[in-house]
Amino acid sequence: MLHIKCPHCGMRSQNEFSYGGDASVKRPELNKEITDEEWDNFVYNRKSLRGKHLELWQHLSGCRQWIKVERDTATHEIFNTYKAEEEIS
Amino acid sequence: MSQTYRLENGGLINRYKKLSFKFNGKTYYGYEGDTLASALIANGVHLVGRSFKYHRPRGFFGAGVDEPYAMVQLYRNDETEPNVKATEQELFEGLEAKSVNCWPSVNFDIGAINNFLKIFLPAGFYYKTFMWPKSFWYRVYEPFIRKAAGLGVVSTKHDKERYEHKYEYCDLLIAGSGPSGLASAYAAAKNSARVILAEDKPRFGGSLLTSDVNIGNQSGEDWANRIISELKQMPNVVVKNRSQIFGYYDHNMLVMSEKVSDHLPKTKKYHPKQRLWYIRAKEVLISSGSIERPLVFGNNDTPGVMLSSAAKEYLKVYGVLVGKNPLVFTNNDSGYETAIEFKKNGINPIILDSRVNPKSEIIDEAVNLGIKIKFSYVVVAAQGYKKVSSADISKISDDKKKLGTIENIKCDCICVSGFWTPTIHLASQSGNKTKFKEEIDAFVPGTSKQNETTLGAANGVFTLEETLKSSFMAGQDLSKKITNNDNKISLPNVVEKKSSRHDKFWCVPLPEGKNYKRFLDFQNDVSVSDIEIALKEGYRSIEHVKRYTTLGMATDQGKTSNLNGLQLVSDIENKVVPAVGHTTFRPPYTPISIGAIVGREVGKHSKPTRKTPMHSWHENNNAVFVDAGVWLRPRYYKQGKETLFEASKREAKNVRTNVGVCDVTTLGKIDIKGPDAAEFLNRVYTNAWLKLPVGKARYGVMLREDGIVMDDGTTTRISENHYHMTTTTAQAANVLSHLEYYLQLVWPNLNVNVVSTTEQWAGAAIAGPKSRKLLKKLFPNNDVSNEGLPFMGYIESDLFGVKARIFRISFSGELAYEVNVESDNGNFMWEKIIELGQEFEVQPYGTEALSTLRIEMGHVAGSELDGRTISYDTSLEGLISKKKDFIGKRSLNREAFTSSDRQKIVGVVPLDKKTSIPEGSHLVKDAKATLPNKKLGHISASCWSVEYDNPFSLAILKDGKNMIGEKLFVMSPLKNKVIPVEIVSSHYVDPKGERVRS
Repeated sequence: MLHIKCPHCGMRSQNEFSYGGDASVKRPELNKEITDEEWDNFVYNRKSLRGKHLELWQHLSGCRQWIKVERDTATHEIFNTYKAEEEIS
Repeated sequence: MSQTYRLENGGLINRYKKLSFKFNGKTYYGYEGDTLASALIANGVHLVGRSFKYHRPRGFFGAGVDEPYAMVQLYRNDETEPNVKATEQELFEGLEAKSVNCWPSVNFDIGAINNFLKIFLPAGFYYKTFMWPKSFWYRVYEPFIRKAAGLGVVSTKHDKERYEHKYEYCDLLIAGSGPSGLASAYAAAKNSARVILAEDKPRFGGSLLTSDVNIGNQSGEDWANRIISELKQMPNVVVKNRSQIFGYYDHNMLVMSEKVSDHLPKTKKYHPKQRLWYIRAKEVLISSGSIERPLVFGNNDTPGVMLSSAAKEYLKVYGVLVGKNPLVFTNNDSGYETAIEFKKNGINPIILDSRVNPKSEIIDEAVNLGIKIKFSYVVVAAQGYKKVSSADISKISDDKKKLGTIENIKCDCICVSGFWTPTIHLASQSGNKTKFKEEIDAFVPGTSKQNETTLGAANGVFTLEETLKSSFMAGQDLSKKITNNDNKISLPNVVEKKSSRHDKFWCVPLPEGKNYKRFLDFQNDVSVSDIEIALKEGYRSIEHVKRYTTLGMATDQGKTSNLNGLQLVSDIENKVVPAVGHTTFRPPYTPISIGAIVGREVGKHSKPTRKTPMHSWHENNNAVFVDAGVWLRPRYYKQGKETLFEASKREAKNVRTNVGVCDVTTLGKIDIKGPDAAEFLNRVYTNAWLKLPVGKARYGVMLREDGIVMDDGTTTRISENHYHMTTTTAQAANVLSHLEYYLQLVWPNLNVNVVSTTEQWAGAAIAGPKSRKLLKKLFPNNDVSNEGLPFMGYIESDLFGVKARIFRISFSGELAYEVNVESDNGNFMWEKIIELGQEFEVQPYGTEALSTLRIEMGHVAGSELDGRTISYDTSLEGLISKKKDFIGKRSLNREAFTSSDRQKIVGVVPLDKKTSIPEGSHLVKDAKATLPNKKLGHISASCWSVEYDNPFSLAILKDGKNMIGEKLFVMSPLKNKVIPVEIVSSHYVDPKGERVRS
């Protein structure tokens, strides 16, 4: 079981969280004309990366905040966690 | 039978407490502190089972967790447990055990015929022998194999024992209480670190209990006892025996199984049988020691052949002789320690040492004690069937390839030592890439992957002084990092005998003309010839060889067999062992009971139960409950001998004619507040929300981004910036997460807050033509006329002193209201409705009637919004706003979603107006068409229409829009039914929706 540092609550066990997928995906703005391809990329197409991955988790059984977690998908190493609004360099 | 193999004195057992026990129906005696194995050996019992494949006699091979043979069926307190290791099971008064894998008895086993058929049972025999003809597998081969193979028998009774889970955090977790575990725990504890020290055996001390050493002028055992009692006094230390750390998982989480009560005749009141500990440690010290390696020779599986370290442990810990005429066969000094222990107890062992002319302190001691030693000698084969009776021995050439003349010498046991294999399982499970250490011919942990440090014998360090030194240091350094304390521990004076090097020799060649089985894996009956066949047949990867031959795949996970298997493969392949590599170590290290894994989550504790505030009223009024997620909801209220069908019809009919009341507390409720709440709803739902006035409710549908309907429900504007959203019972949690996702990540600039209020409000739906009259009685001070409280209207009121919210919404299609009060007042509200409703013939109705009412009205629910349908399919496309954007809108112009013959919801009525239509059935054009018969749609929900008194169903049908009036067939191969049906509108009752507005 992973040990995830919630930026709001501190170190917590994985079973308090739910997984939310790739954090780098940006929803297209409302009312904006976009191509089918752009929309498909947002809804369906995901890279299944091996290695460092920025992903979303929600601290479901805790503060209920969506957070960003930088994790290695092969080793499960967690490098850093961020608040939803935090800018990641 | 007396304990003829028990020494007069010695051992760590309690000779004042004699215990009686039964094995295979016969009564024996042992002492408190014995294991079942030591007590049986004390009684001269060596035959405990039959082997897995050939049903050869099996005795004892080890003295602990590494035991491959001695598994028994254990009977304890009216329950039975299979495959318990006799070497681990502690003796208790009245213990009963039986042999496994033999029929009719261990002494006469019919399956032993396999031993003579072994040429038909080579490596991969399952794959080769039982493949043809195909039909024979189920009828002949499998039943036969099931009877012949397998181990113990699982009880089919409910397990009355309790198992617990515990979560723990610590600074240092230490696996194993041998010298390295004790030293590191002691040093860390002195630095005030929070330490958990786990030992799988009942006694602490590991190898210190059996080795002839001296630490700080104390015997190893006394020193271990002193350290343990000091540790037990310290508040920052948890010391646990009978506790096996069996798994090393991600982020330094380890799992430990504590056998709390297995050693007792009966579990004490309020105690669990076993406890599973989930431990998150900052640092993990692996001091799991090492396991002696067998030497491989002919018939090396005969009872009486065992590890020399086990023989020593039986002597020193249990005061038991494994034989009175022992032969010790060794390639290193460890065998000498065992021989010396025999000699000290008046037994004359013979040592066969494969080495040419080794020199060391311990060999000198053996010589001085007058022990007979033969150098350059090996055991070629053990003789005897159910017990070793003699051994064929021979001189061996220096290159270990040629045997000399075979001699036969009498003996009653053969104690083997092929040097030591570090127990690296935990380190390997943590992700540590192991490395091969040439000096010890074994793998040791490489660079740490997680925060793990391996110490002592587990790290390939076999001298006590070095072990203690490195372990004190590790305990000190690692705890210092955490606590900043720096207590120096000075290394005590250590006295131990120096060893000479072991011989790189592990397998005795076959003598000419003999074809002895030489076993590598004792539990799965894998012999040298099996590995040879596998390689001949082209298997190269060690992982493939393992699976083909089943080497190391038994319940002992190859603790004694893996390395010898690797040696053999590398010899045949002419490679070095590290080039062959080893198979993956996976948790659990040792078998764990299913009960411990499940813990308390059994029966009603397997999931939480949610009850509404009115639950006890339902119970008192003969409600029959149904699971709705984790909620319990009344399905119907049984009157007399009514069936579900009769009761639900009565309840639904009463709603259509009088008035009914339904507990709708379980609906998801979300409070939405903030100046941007309207804008947010406008983006979440497909319809327009900006102009909803205060005091009005609106029905809304929300989509996922892929255009599929996610959920529906009504949302009410309570005040300017305050909305009350309802969701379906099933989707409540998902919808909340969905809203939070958009507010926190996508549109953080929206000033809106959402919070679940499902449990804050109790809800009652009052439905039926007389519902307004009842409402008037409940709220006499309010104007509840059609003008005062119109359809989709909302007012706040007072129910006899209790704050209430009244929504005029309807799921049943009748004139209906939903009343919410704070949960604590739920029962009060309910009883008031029943009381004041008597004159209007009010009846409670359950989920079954609720379904009937919504189905015949054509209202969609979970069975239509099943994660595969879009708004059009469920006739909700009228709620799609063309003027604004919303979640999922961009997906709606996908080709499949806009095709002209897209599926749509319809009603289905059987032509005979009698036959009920099974849910999930398929709709087809022609019932007699050749297969595959093209599916046009499926039945999503069925009911008995109380309005028309005939069956009615909803279906999702291809081109449903143009199918009204068509005659089709419903087919249910599962129920073996073919029903001719007519397609009608899904709005079967009150298609214009006049009743809800009346």
